[in-house]
Amino acid sequence: MAAKRNARDVTPSPPVNKSGSSTPTTPAPAVKSATSKSKDGNLSAQEVAVAMWDNYTKATPQRTKLIDVFMAFLVVVGVLQFVYCVIVGNYPFNAFLSGFSATVGQFVLTASLRIQTNAANKAEFESISPERAFADYVFGSLILHFFCVNFIN
Amino acid sequence: MTVATENSYLKGAKGRNTRGLLRLVILCTIAAAAVSSRLFSVIRFESIIHEFDPWFNFRATKYLVANGFYDFWDWFDDRTWHPLGRVTGGTLYPGLMVTSGAIYHALKALTLPVDIRNICVLLAPAFSGLTAFATYLFTNEMSTTPSAGLLAAIFMGIAPGYISRSVAGSYDNEAIAIFLLVFTFYLWIKAIKLGSAFWGALCALFYGYMVSAWGGYVFITNLIPLHVFVLVCMGRFSSRVYVSYCTWYALGTLASMQIPFVGFLPIRSSEHMSALGVFGLLQLIGFVEFVRSGVPSKQFQTLLRGFVALVFSIALGGLVLLTVSGVIAPWTGRFYSLWDTGYAKIHIPIIASVSEHQPTAWPAFFFDLNLLIWLFPAGVYLCFLKLSDEQVFVVVYSILASYFSGVMVRLMLTLTPIVCVTAAMVLSTILETYLSMKSPKSDAESVAIEAAASKKNVPTKGGLRSMRNPVVGIYTIVSKSTVVGAMTLYLLVFVLHCTWVTSNAYSSPSVVLASKLPDGSQHIIDDYREAYQWLRQNTKEDAKIMSWWDYGYQIGGMADRPTLVDNNTWNNTHIATVGKAMSSSEEVSYPIMRQHEVDYVLVVFGGLLGYSGDDINKFLWMVRIAEGIWPEEVKERDFFTPRGEYKVDHEATDTMKNSLMYKMSYYNYNGLFPPGQAQDRVRGAKLPDVGPVLNSIEEAYTSENWIIRIYKVKDLDNVGREHGAAASFERGNKKKKAAKKRGPKVLRVE
Repeated sequence: MAAKRNARDVTPSPPVNKSGSSTPTTPAPAVKSATSKSKDGNLSAQEVAVAMWDNYTKATPQRTKLIDVFMAFLVVVGVLQFVYCVIVGNYPFNAFLSGFSATVGQFVLTASLRIQTNAANKAEFESISPERAFADYVFGSLILHFFCVNFIN
Repeated sequence: MTVATENSYLKGAKGRNTRGLLRLVILCTIAAAAVSSRLFSVIRFESIIHEFDPWFNFRATKYLVANGFYDFWDWFDDRTWHPLGRVTGGTLYPGLMVTSGAIYHALKALTLPVDIRNICVLLAPAFSGLTAFATYLFTNEMSTTPSAGLLAAIFMGIAPGYISRSVAGSYDNEAIAIFLLVFTFYLWIKAIKLGSAFWGALCALFYGYMVSAWGGYVFITNLIPLHVFVLVCMGRFSSRVYVSYCTWYALGTLASMQIPFVGFLPIRSSEHMSALGVFGLLQLIGFVEFVRSGVPSKQFQTLLRGFVALVFSIALGGLVLLTVSGVIAPWTGRFYSLWDTGYAKIHIPIIASVSEHQPTAWPAFFFDLNLLIWLFPAGVYLCFLKLSDEQVFVVVYSILASYFSGVMVRLMLTLTPIVCVTAAMVLSTILETYLSMKSPKSDAESVAIEAAASKKNVPTKGGLRSMRNPVVGIYTIVSKSTVVGAMTLYLLVFVLHCTWVTSNAYSSPSVVLASKLPDGSQHIIDDYREAYQWLRQNTKEDAKIMSWWDYGYQIGGMADRPTLVDNNTWNNTHIATVGKAMSSSEEVSYPIMRQHEVDYVLVVFGGLLGYSGDDINKFLWMVRIAEGIWPEEVKERDFFTPRGEYKVDHEATDTMKNSLMYKMSYYNYNGLFPPGQAQDRVRGAKLPDVGPVLNSIEEAYTSENWIIRIYKVKDLDNVGREHGAAASFERGNKKKKAAKKRGPKVLRVE
């Protein structure tokens, strides 16, 4: 029960933040940048958030945005599952674990795909083309889903 | 040696083919050497399973082959832990059995029907060849020189530290686990170098296989996070690290949870929390890096650093809190005793009683890893010199594994791969330096050859002296050949040492005891199988055998009879029951044995032959384990003489002389010797003239050299008397003893 809570604390909280930065709901990074900027004393929180959002919408290619929407969706699904588990209890623990870790694992794999296909990271991954990255993504997701379906019984 | 491939005529496109061919031939030779050096025991004795644990693996494999996979997965074994039984499918690592079962069926499909026993015996040598190949791949990732991989492969192939656990017939989990360990590390290095999700997923798959094979997977699941954590602390976080680690963790954890024995442990137990923590940390860092790339502000970055530190400490605090409050299981005793080395001896005597769980002595390192052990620190130093991501892994692995191998003898096994790799790196560097006959393109060349070592700025004609680059280094053939010759000599000695150690120390089956007669011919003492065979043929199919837990697997495997306890020590109380029955007097033991439906009791006695691993020498552990449960009924102090000595002769205490183990071991032993000269050759003690008397059990079988003695538990007396009274009546003693009170019923039988 609380082991899971710990898992939640550590793992999917960044997803929330990340999706926040990419979707209009934007809770955490806005606050974060707000505190930092207020320390600087220059801009208000909203201005920073709006600037970041504008920067994001302009600079990000369409495909990456699509990936981001999918990641946001995964975060929502994961949070919903967790909230349900907190409310109802974790009796078939393997079912909860497989559902939850499916979202976490898929999120992580998608984040990897996003990183690898990002043009800015070309130098880091010189041996991996975007097509190869996508094939890797499919391979990883297939394994993930096999294990999840097997584990959910 | 393989640096010979670097000769000048082996360059170019044709040279590449030649080198590839040489490489292939060398690897095949290494695999052959690795396999053949493990066959000593098969050739000398016969193709049988050796130690204690492998007998259970063998039995489980036979069950798998006979009944299919699904039955094996749900196997409830009612022939061990007699009243309790064992849910075998959920309490073993199935990787080993499934592997050999798959090989069996594959060979059968190829119309090569091989007996399952031979597959089990020869599985470890076959996999050691694969281990050598995996080490080759792993080292090639570490080092740029082409020879390091081949050197590491041959080291790994014949190093005694690994051979000790993988000779033919040692059908233990480590047989395939070391291959999987090295191969998983290879895939991990590959993944972190390329930043590829594909290699990360492959690494996770092999990690899952490793989890299914050996409990030592905990080592991997702590080492890889530690590697990543060290990388992060060194400021080497990159998106490659993120991609490889997150892919590995997400898939690998799910894969490991598929094994029933592991189950929810990756979520709940402390050993796995470092992996989870590093996973969370990487998410945070990845997010911070993402934001940082969007917002260019120095203050912002520092604030984010603070944010990362804060979240990390909060997570750590939460983890500690959860552990303390008991939500996450604390470290298991076996694992915990690695940190607190005095823990096991005080709290869990059953862990301390295993000889493999003792600290390692210095000679063991030199014995197991001859020249590798002194090349090992140099290799770690080399890794420090050019510290890239994968070299950090070598350093982390070396430090961790050296510590663990110092604490526990059997963990020498996990140290051996990294020692082979680092030693190969050093040796290949040395050979590369001294084997290249190239001298620098300098005018000093002709002079340098005939001059002594380390020549600089030899005066020649042409050019200003200050304009020439001085040539520093060792360039003479003599010095180079001296160094290379010394290294070759060391390598040859290493091969000799490995072969000698393997032949003499690690290739003896514990089932048959070999001894040499004065004329040099071999005499084999085969009492174990003799007695087990007697049990198999002359007892009922479901006769329960009580023995100390060391022999549980062998009785189950060879005699095929149900046992009370065995080497899988999952129920300490049950073992303590057997310990109590062995260490109490007959009046106490008999009810215990009746309650557990024991038909036969088996003891190992080496007093006649001088076989020191017998039950009298293990007796104190039985007493200690029983005392842990019934401190007021079994007391270790009672088994010592007033001066605190452990004696079996006439000075032995009454508790000792009345204990069932003593009586069973020395029953009728006096009759072998002339009167008054009974001698115990292990303890070196002269035994009392009057041997012990047994009332409630009777001797059923004693093997040729008296190593194994089997006793039958008598039925209840027809007239309802106590066995002691009945026996004394039989003997004609007139005075009738007062009725003894029955042994205390402390045991709960479910």
